[in-house]
Parts: sequence; C-alpha cells; structure tokens
Amino acid sequence: MHSVPSVRTYVTIWAILTFMTFATYYIAQIDLGQWNIVIALLIAFFKMSLVIFFFMNLKAESPLTKLFAAGGFFWMILLLGQFFVDYISRDWMPGGKMW
Amino acid sequence: MAQQFDSATLGMWVFLLTEIMFFGGMFGAYTVYRGLYPEAFASTSQYMNPLFGAMNTAVLIVSSLTMALGVRAARLGEQKALQLFLIFTMIFGLAFLVIKAFEYHEHWVDMKVPLFGGHWDYSEAPQFARQAQILFCFYFFMTGFHALHMVVGVGIMTTIFFMARRGMFSKDYFTPVEVSGLYWHFVDIVWIFLFPLLYLIGNARKLV
Repeated sequence: MHSVPSVRTYVTIWAILTFMTFATYYIAQIDLGQWNIVIALLIAFFKMSLVIFFFMNLKAESPLTKLFAAGGFFWMILLLGQFFVDYISRDWMPGGKMW
Repeated sequence: MAQQFDSATLGMWVFLLTEIMFFGGMFGAYTVYRGLYPEAFASTSQYMNPLFGAMNTAVLIVSSLTMALGVRAARLGEQKALQLFLIFTMIFGLAFLVIKAFEYHEHWVDMKVPLFGGHWDYSEAPQFARQAQILFCFYFFMTGFHALHMVVGVGIMTTIFFMARRGMFSKDYFTPVEVSGLYWHFVDIVWIFLFPLLYLIGNARKLV
C-alpha cells in the first residue's frame, strides 16, 4: 500500500528540525531589523515542509490528498493575503507604516 | 482496504484544513495588531521567555519523531514498538504542557494575565498598558488553543494506545494510528509558527 520510510530518514529529519529550532533561537538574538521576522518565518516554513513531507508522509499519499493539502494553503494565502492587502493599503492607520 | 485507508486519510486532511483556517484567522488578526502597535509589542517581548519556547519546540519535535516512528511500527505490524512509541509521544506531549504551565505561572506572577477579570499590571510602561493587553490576550488565546489541542492529542494517543493493547491493529489495518499521527504533526506545525511569532520577534531589540 505504502512504502515505509526508514528509521534513519526520520531521525535525520528530526536532527535537522532540532538544529533549525536552535538556529532560529540564536539568530533571533542578533538585531537584523526587518530581516529578523523574514528569516524566522522562512525557517518556520522550511520546518513545516519537512514535517508535512516526511513525518506526515504527504509525498506517499494519493494525488487527491495532495490536492487537498495544497488547496488548504491556497485558501490560507487568500485569507491572509486579502487581510493584509486591506490593512497595508490604508494610509490612516495609527501606527503609520504597517510593516 | 486501500481505498478505505485513502478516504480516511483524505478526511483527516480536510479536518486539518479547517484547523488551518481556525488558527489562520488568529495569526492574521495577531499580525495586524502587531503592525498597529509595534512599540507596545516590543515592550511585551521581555515577558516572553524564548528559552522556554525553544525547549517546548524541541520537545514537540521529539514527540513528532516518536509519533512518526510509532506509525512506522504500525505499518510494519510491530505492535510492541507501536505501544512503546505511543507512550513516548504521550510523555513528550505532557512534558510540553508542564513547561507551558510553568510559563503561564510566570506570567501570573508578573501580573501579565489580562483575562478572568484581569490579573494585570503594566506600570513599567504605562503608555503601552492598554495595547499590551491586546497582545497578551492574543498570546493566551493562541497558546491556549494550541495547548487545548495538545490535551486532545494526548487523549487521542491514550485511546489509540488502548486500542493497540487490545490488538486491534495489524499490518493490514492501522488507519486510526495513521490519522491520529497526522493530527499530532499538525499541532506540532502550529507550534512551529507560534514559537517565532510570539517569542522571537523583537527579541533582539528589547525596549521597555
């Protein structure tokens, strides 16, 4: 039905995830201005992809399941995208510049 | 059987999509308020302990590993290993909740709990007091809902553990283990985003 990934694969993914956790922890202590949040979120997206593709084994799932998973992110992007476009395009916000 | 397995997996993914939207709304609202009151937000960051956050991330990632190994054992029909990995997953899940409880206690001692009638004092930076309340409310709702999902997750693992003990799973039937694993990993992913957003942003520039 499904191929079973090796223990070695899982442990490697775990090691990368743990390494990235401590990397993001230490990077956050350096003041990079706007880039702090960009790097933190990029690392979070990378970690999420590892969990989804390996731990949740999405790559072995049926094409329909893959489509649904991708659809979830599509709706999420629509939700947050429209949300932020609204706020960013208001020039009367109390904080001034949103980002 | 294969088709049943695929339908169950698909169903779990659909449920997880609703969960993505549930947490997504909170993430969106949180980002907007963070953009509106950046200074107030920066002033709250000193009450967040990134070391606790990082420890909890590490603990959750280990629990995801044991969960993945448990699902692997279930696929191979190794019942003893499955039960052992389920126990490990529950232990790490509970460890997460214990660390979280210590954190909440710290916030309570710091008088930074604007819920339940308000255990709140922000005289260190009174100009931000009201906006900081919004941010702490987001913090408690987001981590609180996440912790609730963890409690539910530990409950599911307990059920799966007893199902496994009763010998309900085999090499040919392990669907409940698989879909519970998906749920557990999803809760891990939510924390992967909560950790940088709540603990790390503004950590480099601590202002009161």
